[in-house]
This record gives sequence, C-alpha cells and structure tokens, in this order.
Amino acid sequence: MASGRPNQLFRNKSAKIAAIPMIVTALFVFVGGTIWTVVYSFTKSGLLPRLNWVGLDQYERLWATRKWLVAIENLAIYGVCMLVLVFVIGFILAALIDQKIRFENTIRTIILYPYALSFVVTGLVWQWMLNPEFGVQSIVRDLGWESFSFDPLYNADIAIYGVLIAGLWQGSGLVMVLMLAGLRGIDQEVWKAARVDGIPAWKTYIFIVIPMMRPVFITTLVLVVTGIVKLYDLIVAQTGGGPGISTEVPAKYVYDMMFSANNLGQGFAASTMMLVTVALIVIPWAVLEFGGKKHHG
Amino acid sequence: MNNSVEIKNLDLHFGAVKVLQNLNLEIGKGEFLVLLGSSGCGKSTLLNCIAGLLDVTAGQIHINDTNVTWSEPSERGIGMVFQSYALYPQMTVEGNLSFGLKNAKLPKAEIAKRVKRASEILQIEPLLKRKPAALSGGQRQRVAIGRALVRDVDVFLFDEPLSNLDAKLRAELRVEIKRLHQKLENTMIYVTHDQIEAMTLADRIAIMRGGQIMQLGSPDDIYGRPLNRYVADFIGSPSMNFFDGAITNGAFTVGDLTIPLTGYDFVSGGPVDGAATLGIRPEHVVTGELVENEPIRIDVDVELIEPTGSDKLIDCEVAGHPFRVRMDGQAQVSVGEKLRIGIDPARASLFDAATEVRL
Amino acid sequence: MVETSSVPLTGPQGPKPRKALSRRNVFLYGTLLLITLYYALPLYVMIVTSLKGMPEIRLGNVFSPPVEITFQPWAKAWSEACTGLTCNGLSTGFWNSVRITIPSVILSIIIASVNGYALANWKFKGADAFFTILIFGAFIPYQILLYPMVIMLREMGLYGSLGGLVLVHTIFGMPILTLLFRNYFTSLPEELFKAARVDGAGFWGIYFRIMVPMSLPIFTVAMILQVTGIWNDFLFGVVYTGPDTYPMTVSLNNIVNSTQGVKEYNVNMAATILTGLVPLTIYFVSGRLFVRGIAAGAVKG
Repeated sequence: MASGRPNQLFRNKSAKIAAIPMIVTALFVFVGGTIWTVVYSFTKSGLLPRLNWVGLDQYERLWATRKWLVAIENLAIYGVCMLVLVFVIGFILAALIDQKIRFENTIRTIILYPYALSFVVTGLVWQWMLNPEFGVQSIVRDLGWESFSFDPLYNADIAIYGVLIAGLWQGSGLVMVLMLAGLRGIDQEVWKAARVDGIPAWKTYIFIVIPMMRPVFITTLVLVVTGIVKLYDLIVAQTGGGPGISTEVPAKYVYDMMFSANNLGQGFAASTMMLVTVALIVIPWAVLEFGGKKHHG
Repeated sequence: MNNSVEIKNLDLHFGAVKVLQNLNLEIGKGEFLVLLGSSGCGKSTLLNCIAGLLDVTAGQIHINDTNVTWSEPSERGIGMVFQSYALYPQMTVEGNLSFGLKNAKLPKAEIAKRVKRASEILQIEPLLKRKPAALSGGQRQRVAIGRALVRDVDVFLFDEPLSNLDAKLRAELRVEIKRLHQKLENTMIYVTHDQIEAMTLADRIAIMRGGQIMQLGSPDDIYGRPLNRYVADFIGSPSMNFFDGAITNGAFTVGDLTIPLTGYDFVSGGPVDGAATLGIRPEHVVTGELVENEPIRIDVDVELIEPTGSDKLIDCEVAGHPFRVRMDGQAQVSVGEKLRIGIDPARASLFDAATEVRL
Repeated sequence: MVETSSVPLTGPQGPKPRKALSRRNVFLYGTLLLITLYYALPLYVMIVTSLKGMPEIRLGNVFSPPVEITFQPWAKAWSEACTGLTCNGLSTGFWNSVRITIPSVILSIIIASVNGYALANWKFKGADAFFTILIFGAFIPYQILLYPMVIMLREMGLYGSLGGLVLVHTIFGMPILTLLFRNYFTSLPEELFKAARVDGAGFWGIYFRIMVPMSLPIFTVAMILQVTGIWNDFLFGVVYTGPDTYPMTVSLNNIVNSTQGVKEYNVNMAATILTGLVPLTIYFVSGRLFVRGIAAGAVKG
C-alpha cells in the first residue's frame, strides 16, 4: 500500500465547522469591513454610500475642518497626559499595595471599582462632581477661599482636563492591577539580592524591577493607547463635546459625520485616519512581541 | 504473524525539522521494547505516531498485521499511559476506567466486568469511587495503567510513566510493571530517558538520537557491546572513559601508552591500522590485589575522590586523558597517593575515530 | 546528642524591635487612605445626591450628607424620568439591556469557547492565520466597522432591533474571548487530550466531557467580562438600536443630557447608580475573578 495522507479538506472536519464563525468574522467583518470603509473614504458618499470617486478630497476637507483639528489636538493632549499619568499613578499605586500592607483586598477593590462602570456613568458622575455651583469649586469656596476657580467643564480652555480627571479615575485601577500582577511576577530573590547589596528601594524599582517588567509595560501601553483612541462615550456623557467644540474627539467626529451630518465620506475618511493611528502603534508592538518567536520547540 | 508492531520507512517532519528519519522497527508479540534516549531524540514522537496522535509524513505503521497508518488512535488496538497520568479530573476512578469503553459503546455488564478485573489486578478497588485529586502519585499512575488495561488490547504504550514519581515509588512501580508484563504477556512499548528503567524492564532497548535508532538490542548487548561511541557514552553511569589514539600493528596506542588488543573481539574479524577511540568503563578497571592478573597495569596519581557510599569514584589521568575508576566503597585511598590499576582489553570497546562505529 | 550550654549574652538579641507607628507606616497608610478616599468619593457623592430632595441640593454641596432621606428620586428615575420625548424612566432601558446582555453573553461564550478549543487542540491549516486576523480585529477602532455593520444588519433585516445588537456584541466580543479560551485550553495538559483520543472520544465528545467540566473558572471569567462589557456599552447601543430598543446606558445619557429646563440632579444620580448597579454588583461579588478576567484578557494578549 502506498503511503500518503487522507484528503486534507475533510480532516478535522468538526474543528473546521466549529471555526466557521471565527473565519467568517475574521474575513468578512474585520478584513472586509475595514477594506470597505477605506475604499468608500475615497468617494463622495453623503446620506448613502455611493461609489463616485473623489480621490483624496475627503481627506483634504477633513484636515481643513476646524472641528477635526480640535478633535486631534484634544486627543493628543488627552492621550499624552493620560498615558503619562495613568502609568505613574498606576505604578505608584501598585508599588504601595505591594508593600505587604494590611487591607490589601479592600484597597484594591476600591481603586478598581470605577473600571467596572460604564463610561457614561463615569462621565455623568464627574459632570456632577465638577459642577461649579455644587461641586468641588463651591466646596473650596465655602471653606473660605472665595476666589478659588475650578470649573473645567464650563471653561473651554481647560475642559479636556476635566475629562482627563474622569478618565484617570476610571482607568488607573486597571493599570494598577496589571502593574501589580507584573510586580508579583518578579522573582522575589531579586529583592533579596538588592537588599543584601544594600540598594535602596527606589533604585531597585527604577533600575532593576521596571526593566524586568517590560512585557507588562508594553501590553499595558497597547491597551491604554487603543483605549485612548476609542475615547467616545466619556465625552458624550460628560461634556457632549462642549463647551462649543472644545472637547471634540475623533471618534465623536466620525459618529457625528456618519449618523447626524449625513456626510458618510467624511466619517469614512476620519475613521480611516483612526485606523492608521492604531496601526502605527499596534503593528510595531505585534512585530516585537510575536515576530521573534519560533513555533514548535 | 510474529510481529505485533511494525514500523516501515517512517518519516515525520515538523516544517523543516526532521523529527524522525526513515525509521524501521519490528516489535515481536509479547515483547517489552524500551525506547531510550535523551530529550529531543524523537522517542516520544515515535510513540505518539504509533498511537496515532501524530500524523506521519511518510511510511507506514502496522499493528497486528493491519496497516493502521491512517486509523484513529482508538481504532488501533492500543492502550496508552502518560507521564502526567492524564486522568480526567472531574471523573471518578471508575469513570476514568470506563470512559473509553463507553465511547466504544460496550454493554454495561462487559464494562463492569473489565473495570473489576483491571482494578483487581492493580489493587485499586478501594479507590474506584474517588476523584483523581484524592489519590497519591503512585495511585494515580496505577489508575492510568488501569485505563490501558480495561481496553483489553495487545499493545501497551508507556510515555515516561514513572518520571513524575519520587525515586522510591519509581522503583516500586517499575517492579510492578515488570510483573504486569509477565502476567499479561502483551506487547509493551515503553519510552524513558532513565537507563536503569530501560535496563531493568526491557527485552530489547532501542537507543534513539536525532530521530534515528542508534542501536537496537538486548540490555546486555547495549551495555557490553555498544555499536557506536554515542551508545557507549550514553549507557553506563559514571560514563565510559575514552582515549583518542590509533591502532598500529594490532595494538592501540595513545601517548606513551600501548595496549595490545589480544582478546578483543573485533566486529570485522581483526584489527585494521588507523585512528581509533578506545573506551573503558570505570567499573571494568581493576584495583587492589587482582591487578596483577590483568594484561595491562598502570600507575596513576589519585586527584579526586567522590565517595557515594557503596562505591568510591577516583579521578586520575592516563596518557594525558582524564580517567575515572570505580573502587569499592570501603577501599582505603587518599588524594595524592599512587594507585595501581589494571585493564583488560577484552572488556573494552573500540570505535573508528571518524565514523564512531564499533570495530 | 551534642552537649549544649547556655552562655550569658550581651548586645542585641532576639527579634529586632519595631514600632507600629514608624514614619514609614504613617506615610504608607496615610497615602493609601487618601487615595482610597479619592476613588470612593464619586460613589459616595452619587449615593448621597440621589437620596436628597432638590431643595436640599440647592442649599448644600455635593458632599454634604442628606438631612432628610428620600427615595423619591429613585422611583422617578426608574419609571418617570424623561428621555427626550417619552417619560418612562430607565425601566425600558433596563429590560432592553437585560434582553441584549443575556443572549449576547451566552452566544458569544459558546462560539468563542468552541473556537478557542478548536484552535488549541485541533489545529488545522490556516487556523493561525484566521486567529491572527481575529486578534488584530480586537485593535481595530470600532468606528471603521460601524457603517459596514449597519449595511450588514440592514441586509439581514436586523438593523434597529435587539437581535442585531446581540449579533454585533457577539462579533466584537469574539477576539478577546477566543484568545481567553484558546490560552486556557492550551494551558491544560495536552496528555489529557491525547488520552481522551485514545479512549475514542471525538471533537465534541472531548469538548463536552473533558474540556468544559475542567474549565468552569474560565467560563465564569468570560461571563464576568462579557456581562460588564456588554452592559456598559454605549456606542453600539446608540448606533444599532432605536428609541424603543435603546439599552440602559443610552437611556441614561438621554435622561441626563437631553433634559429641557431645570436639571433634577438627584434623579440623574439615582439613574446613574441604577445603571451602574449591575456591573458593580458583579464586580463586588466576583472580586478576584474579575481581576483575573482583566489580567487574563490583557496580560496574556
């Protein structure tokens, strides 16, 4: 009898049938949908998608629109501040909690609960907390500092920072949990060695522990950044993009163009720009993380 | 109809990596064959191919004169025991034993009969209602063997079944597996990296390296007449002493030492001049009063002593090569002393320096 | 026995003395207390505001505890508050969310667990390629897929219906859940799978008899992840449903942000708590599993 293999197509038949939803989703929705949107971003689609080509017109108009430029600027401010602060706060919290403290579970539970809430809930709570008549500003004034002024949601210049406060409140717990997992994953003998060598704790963190936590940092970074790009619900709930257009963000721009302004082409072009941004971050990460590894040891 | 398992021209590639290369192996009915080798030699891979858990790239596998190359594992007439026991944690011992039989849709009475018989043989009847988590390592492995036993098959496959147990338990279960084989008289193919296990259990041992069989033979053959330098080095602990020298005029010379090869049983019939390697097992070196009976006698300086209780291992130097000698544990010897040792070339092994094949 | 004798000791001996109120401890616990208060404050504010009457709110500030406790704002938020034109409160949204969340969670977990199992144990040619695409799908900004999905749902006649939103959640939940299940099934001993094959169990036999019973923790983690994720969703709700089928988050936003005239802060806060109640309950009850869900979904990615 000649040796060979049974028909490839019908081997693992059940597994292939079971994977159909995944294959359909991957190819039809994710790949197909992305290509569709990118293709239609070069058309003049208005209320309905239409294949009347206009080249790069939509992109030129996009970058000439003030609302989009404000949205990009806001995203940059929010993004940079969020990134830096969420990492600093998250790491410090994790380091504090990692000091073999009592009530660890209670403290961790309280710091993380905002993450379980909807952005809409977060946005509304902070809208209320930052209300100048009844919230933080009025309390400080009642304490005797009459000229104190802190009304980010009513002051176009600093409104985005009001959103940042809410975003940090909700997101820092996640970073703390991930960092804590990273800290706990480090070989405890490193600490013993540092102690025997007489290295102060802060130096051990900066020069030994943090470099060892590189994988956790990178994963957290990717998560935080993709979260920042998706920023939408929080803005809608907390400020609605206002005052004026001072807290517009790209995700909201896309939604407004597609579903309120009947300007699909603009929406497609703007969402394509969002995809490009994410791709610039995710692809280098994926190459670093998975590119070097070989399969089958 | 004499062979239980036949492997013909078997190849297995993972992408560009050739894990098994043109492997041929015939295992007789009722034989206990051990596949021995260091990790990555392909021994477990071969076992998985026989079980049908891996698809082969080329070649055939026959079990009981049936070509099973494309058959499902459950249709091959094999039972398998794994290193990690692989007991289904959510099922009781009884459930574990009967799972395969239920899948084969056997009648209930037959299942009960087989489970009873297997649990009697392995003395696990009191454990039948327990979950695997409530068992000790030894008990778990017994259940895993039982799972192969209930299948009532001719071929048992063992994939390093004792590696997860501590030394004492391992020795106990080793004896038990040997008894089981004597009682059941079915074919057993047993993968291990432990040479003591291989030596004690096997009718024949296949030593593997790089996806090929380096030597197939009885434990005595493998130990006494290793076919090549790899096998000679792999088998035996402490390992064999080697001298890289040459054969000239029927004698082996290395440095200023000449060893006449009278009494050495050449594979090819007689000595041929050329570069060669001589191997001597530390336990074949004679010390004490018996030295004078040996054909070759050498004086060495004792450099290091490793007492193991029953033995003393002596490190010294012979003809510029590091050399180890095994002495009795009670022998009186100290570092720096002169020691007289005796060697018999008839018990040594000679290999061609280039091909590393036995001469 | 070896003889020992006691020698009189001088100098430091025994345990090193430690002060309970060392400067380090004061600093550490002080900082942690302040931080904890900061994180807990909004929840406190939500609760106290929702229990006050409007006159009391106008007089005080957000932190002052209620003098006269009233549950009237809660009742109003639940059944009377106005979302734009209609005044049915949050109850409609709540039940919509329930009807969206339950089938979405079940459907997405079934599909993802079977996918993950196929990927972990029954690799076929091309499986890794599809999986890679799926994982990249987790990072694609949803905005780029919003409209293609609108067209798809419209073609299927599901646009604006609860069923459509269920489908959307199932699709967008697939990447992270499949990853979660694949990683978990890969971590189970491979020999168990081999043993089951020798025992003659097939694809579904092994899935139902061996894998599922061993994987209850990961199913719980997936459930927590999905219930909170789907309950908290706003974007898909607002895009793919209509006023009759809006989930709770969308109703909440409409109640608070599209009110004309005087803002009823107490009703707003009561509505906000009501919306947050489901995920908060799950969070406080599940505790460690919730954390494990985030870590599993995130760190292993």
